[in-house]
Amino acid sequence: MKQMPKEYYELLEQLQAVDFALVDLTLYLDTHPQDYQAIQQFNQLAQKRKHLKKQYETLYGPLQQYGNSYSNYPWNWDDTPWPWQV
Amino acid sequence: MFTTRKQYHPYVSPFDPCHPICTKTYVTPPNLYIPFQPPNLPQFPLHEALKKGTLWKVFYDPYYGPYETAYKGDIQ
Amino acid sequence: MWIYEKKLQYPVRVSTCNPKLAKYLIEQYGGADGELAAALRYLNQRYSIPDKVIGLLTDIGTEEFAHLEMIATMVYKLTKDATPEQLKEAGLDAHYVNHDNALFYNNAAGVPWTAAYIQAKGDPIADLYEDIAAEEKARATYQWIINMSDDPDLNDGLRFLREREIIHAQRFREAVEILKEERDRKKFF
Ligand SMILES: [Fe+2]
Repeated sequence: MKQMPKEYYELLEQLQAVDFALVDLTLYLDTHPQDYQAIQQFNQLAQKRKHLKKQYETLYGPLQQYGNSYSNYPWNWDDTPWPWQV
Repeated sequence: MFTTRKQYHPYVSPFDPCHPICTKTYVTPPNLYIPFQPPNLPQFPLHEALKKGTLWKVFYDPYYGPYETAYKGDIQ
Repeated sequence: MWIYEKKLQYPVRVSTCNPKLAKYLIEQYGGADGELAAALRYLNQRYSIPDKVIGLLTDIGTEEFAHLEMIATMVYKLTKDATPEQLKEAGLDAHYVNHDNALFYNNAAGVPWTAAYIQAKGDPIADLYEDIAAEEKARATYQWIINMSDDPDLNDGLRFLREREIIHAQRFREAVEILKEERDRKKFF
């Protein structure tokens, strides 16, 4: 039985935390397009999420497909676990 | 002290068969008090923001059910 | 277009196999003020609203799909491997007869989802007020589900979703302010 290690959950939560701030900042910026500081924070976090995404995908496979992530051989997009299964 | 939880006291008739609830409460969420969010409001650290569901502290409004105890530091 | 990301927005956990809680939660899956209705309401209103608020409707609508997936995950975990006997005890016998343990877009009383749940009046103010009301109703629904639930892990996820409704309501109210076009002028009153 395949099971995800403890480190998987930790890294996933790190990514979820950064992505959450990006979502909340996105909605804020949709109604505050002139907030320079918030845009700076947004861009810094976008940079951070880029690194985390790379780290995550190297260990646990693609987060997105349609070409937004690279694939291993064989095709690993449809590998388990899916988000609701973990 | 300010609270987003408000109370009212409904009329109680001697002919109401259910045991009367004399004090009823309802929620007035923090968004009602902030017409347009000003810039540079204090934020939670990233990990805490995820757990709380908001990046900005002013909007945090914890809600607990009768079967659980509130997390330390959360006042309803 | 939309691109799926293979992760949940929030780490969802539940403590026990409890189909009864799944029965309540389905309200937020296929109910009038649920996440599906929310996503479809906002994404549909985008086509007839002033340009200044299209971005907001797009982004909140998209986040609602992430919430729909969280609710589905909760239901999935609460009912996974539950026996027909357990489903019957939870009052899900009629659901089982119709769907086995598949999820279905219906409300807690089993009424199937309908497009009549979502409004689109074409009037920007009417539509945004509809959206604000929808967020407050969803917030209230989460309160009632939390009140019925004795599962602390489930309630943790539900608290997150309830908090998001507060943020969404805030942003929709700001959208109304933006459409009034008096924000910069106010300084000179
Ligand atoms: Fe919402």
